Amino acid sequence: VTPFLIYSVLSALLFAVALHGLIVQPQLLRKVLALNIMGSSVFLFLVAVAYRNADPAPDPVPHAMVLTGIVVAVSATALALAVARRLADETGLDRLPERDEEQP
Amino acid sequence: LTGRRRVRLPVSSRTLATGILTASLGLVLAGTMLRLPRDPGGLTQLAEEYLPDAGAGHPVTAVLLDFRAYDTWLEVGVLVLAALGALALRRRESVADVDPPPAAGPVLDGVTRLVVPVMVVVAGYLLWLGTHAPGGAFQSGAVLAAAGILLFISGGRSIGVLSGRRLAAALVGGFVAFLLVGLLTMATGRALLDYPPGTASALIVAVELAVTVTIAVGLTTLFVVTRRGRGDA
Repeated sequence: VTPFLIYSVLSALLFAVALHGLIVQPQLLRKVLALNIMGSSVFLFLVAVAYRNADPAPDPVPHAMVLTGIVVAVSATALALAVARRLADETGLDRLPERDEEQP
Repeated sequence: LTGRRRVRLPVSSRTLATGILTASLGLVLAGTMLRLPRDPGGLTQLAEEYLPDAGAGHPVTAVLLDFRAYDTWLEVGVLVLAALGALALRRRESVADVDPPPAAGPVLDGVTRLVVPVMVVVAGYLLWLGTHAPGGAFQSGAVLAAAGILLFISGGRSIGVLSGRRLAAALVGGFVAFLLVGLLTMATGRALLDYPPGTASALIVAVELAVTVTIAVGLTTLFVVTRRGRGDA
């Protein structure tokens, strides 16, 4: 069992758990958190790849991609939260309306 | 009369079906990852080989701001778009009228006074360090953003001191710096962001400075803008 094996399997499972949360959880805040965990699982995988191909030093290219990805993930999260906040201000809802709720 | 009694599961069938699907996806992903061909050295050797030509002594910084500079450029673009989008969603041009949170007490104020000047120095140090060790515009901008948020939650005006135009200028500064440098390299007959030999270090430092400001202001804006302020219903 190598560290790469542990980290890559863990990242795949983390991705699946977060995707499940994204689909099943109705609250928008939880969906945003699930998206974040999905992103983190990808970062975990990239770091594991950089370490696996380590000659003496870790591969700088996946590392740079993680750094770039973190900023993009933070930006997307904040924008999603701003959308959720606006929705809450306009409708008082913390989730998207269900289809059967729209037609009473 | 008995009929078939429905088995009540502890979770809904929808949750269960989604669970089975996502679990299969996870297994497929894990299986794919384990079958990845081993690539001895990856891109490490290539990066090390061209490091002397790059404008930065640290491989990660060289990748970020030289070899794959367009990645970083577009990433700054994403941050700027997110900040402008958040401002638009909150119907604001600046965050000057956002109310700071209620005072948290003298401890936070005192710590803020002590820590914020140190954070500014640390941000400058990280920016300088990025040329030859882990550090650079992102780490530096993140520390500055943390200082901006700390100032805001302890009742300071933080980036609220910037008017709408100045905020927009600070936000797009890093993106525009990249654009200008890119056009400059193209004007000299090279590819986009392919720095001419000898000028790489200076161009990278110039771009990094602008990008640091953009990242710091962008992240702080994203934090502050979602709070309620005067003029909100």
